[in-house]
Amino acid sequence: MDFALVEPIVRLTWLGGAVTFVIGLSRMSSPATARNGNLLSAGGMALAVVATVVYLLLAPHDGGFNATGWIVIFVGIAVGGGYGLYSARTVKMTAMPQLVSLFNAVGGGAAALIAISEYLHYPSVPGLQYNVASVLDMVIGSITFTGSLVASGKLMGLRITPSRPVRVPGGQLVTAALTLIVVGGAAYLWLGHLSVAVMVAILAASLVFGVTMTLPIGGADMPVVISLLNSFTGIAVAMAGFVLNNPLLIIAGALVGAAGAILTKLMADAMNRSVLNIMIGGFGGGEGTAATVAGPGGSVREVSMDDAAIQLAYASSVIVVPGYGLAVAQAQHNVRELAEILEGRGVDVKYAIHPVAGRMPGHMNVLLAEANVPYPQLREMEDINPEFDRCDVALIIGANDVTNPAARRPGSPVSGMPILDVDHAKNIIVMKRSMGRGYAGIDNELYLNPKTGMLFADAKRGLAELISAVKAV
Amino acid sequence: MNIDLAFTIFVLAILCGFAVISKVPATLHTPLMSGANSIHGIVLVGAMFIAIEAEDPLSYAIAFVAVAFATLNVVGGYVVTDRMLQMFRRKPAALKPPKAEG
Repeated sequence: MDFALVEPIVRLTWLGGAVTFVIGLSRMSSPATARNGNLLSAGGMALAVVATVVYLLLAPHDGGFNATGWIVIFVGIAVGGGYGLYSARTVKMTAMPQLVSLFNAVGGGAAALIAISEYLHYPSVPGLQYNVASVLDMVIGSITFTGSLVASGKLMGLRITPSRPVRVPGGQLVTAALTLIVVGGAAYLWLGHLSVAVMVAILAASLVFGVTMTLPIGGADMPVVISLLNSFTGIAVAMAGFVLNNPLLIIAGALVGAAGAILTKLMADAMNRSVLNIMIGGFGGGEGTAATVAGPGGSVREVSMDDAAIQLAYASSVIVVPGYGLAVAQAQHNVRELAEILEGRGVDVKYAIHPVAGRMPGHMNVLLAEANVPYPQLREMEDINPEFDRCDVALIIGANDVTNPAARRPGSPVSGMPILDVDHAKNIIVMKRSMGRGYAGIDNELYLNPKTGMLFADAKRGLAELISAVKAV
Repeated sequence: MNIDLAFTIFVLAILCGFAVISKVPATLHTPLMSGANSIHGIVLVGAMFIAIEAEDPLSYAIAFVAVAFATLNVVGGYVVTDRMLQMFRRKPAALKPPKAEG
């Protein structure tokens, strides 16, 4: 077939792929259409890859048919696809954030490898577009690669990458040195030098930077970091599109970059912190920055399982507030079981989900959906807050800072953070392992509220006891 | 493709992304992120280009890793997103008659 005829068809197919990505993302606006949208996007992706195969088969080449290249492609697809299929099918929903992070890492890695390969083949100093794009692709792609791997390790709780913030020795000095290498090296290359040695130095500095950037970030900030790294990969892929002169890569990369940027902003706002502040280091565990503000005095009241069970069983409306602690204890099935028993007794049960509940944006919704909680019961913060006034019992499980009324007053580290208005409920039950502080490192005034009863227990075991207590009522 | 044209496409696509994604509710943020994550697996197309252009062992090795990484990103991303999305139901599955496929 004539290549002149095939090329426009291939390019139009790529455009079609880009269109399915946009439509697929827009269908994510409702749970009813989201699955269909994802399948559409996957179909567009498959079509774009097939079109690329056709293009590569028919495009005129200097060296003729590159059999080794095709073997590399097909074996690579078989290996990557096989592992992708296996891991995606077997992963538990609680372990999903680290898998998504791993996929993000390899995406960024692939984008960086494209820039490296192209750079090694430039016969002379490339045009400014290719020069700038290939260096940016390399830098951003490498930072995402190691950064996402560390984030994934932190989420898995590996010993070399603990989920608590890890201080990098000489932290800011190391960051400054790495930045100097990257910026200085990039400037040298962009001023019209072709140097593989400098490229390797930039590459090495970027890879190290990804690690030193992510290590100091605490587990509770992970939703922000994962969103940010996702956005980075998008930008790296768009840069690969500039390097290869491929509009499909540019469009898809830009879309993902925008998606990641929006999520990053939403997550940071929900924690009342700037992205920069999170990346530089948390307020918890800092140098005594957590100023204690004199709140209302009072004492903590403990409540027994039986009392809590009676309150819940005779309520007409209960709002469950699940948090990080519930995700860690993997107690989502227990919560659903309790809710079903209460519903069987005619109690109206809803779930109030704070935007940063869980370990990645929207993670709590997925965990509860996995436990067969119908999604209309999962309510967002703005939507549920007015309902606390009419609610008999707010049951808080493993959530802390997002319920602290101190956020409404100035002068505390959580001031201005959007919170769930649980203190408006008639009764409050807090299930929590200890009086330990949340991520912000301050005491929660909610626990001193006379309406609050504390149930000290691990979320999973506590819920199991509560379920049998409710059954006995 | 001229740099100005490429850059125009880039900027318009970013704006398009902002417009589309702002409408996604918090309930679906995880599938959104995971779905967006699979979309950047399109880098597979680029990896295929460098594999065909490769001539020496180092280039083949780089291309192989790039293709495998990108495919892992695409396949894993779409499958895990689909698994997540099929769990979002209006009614609990327990109330429905059991189906063959979970």
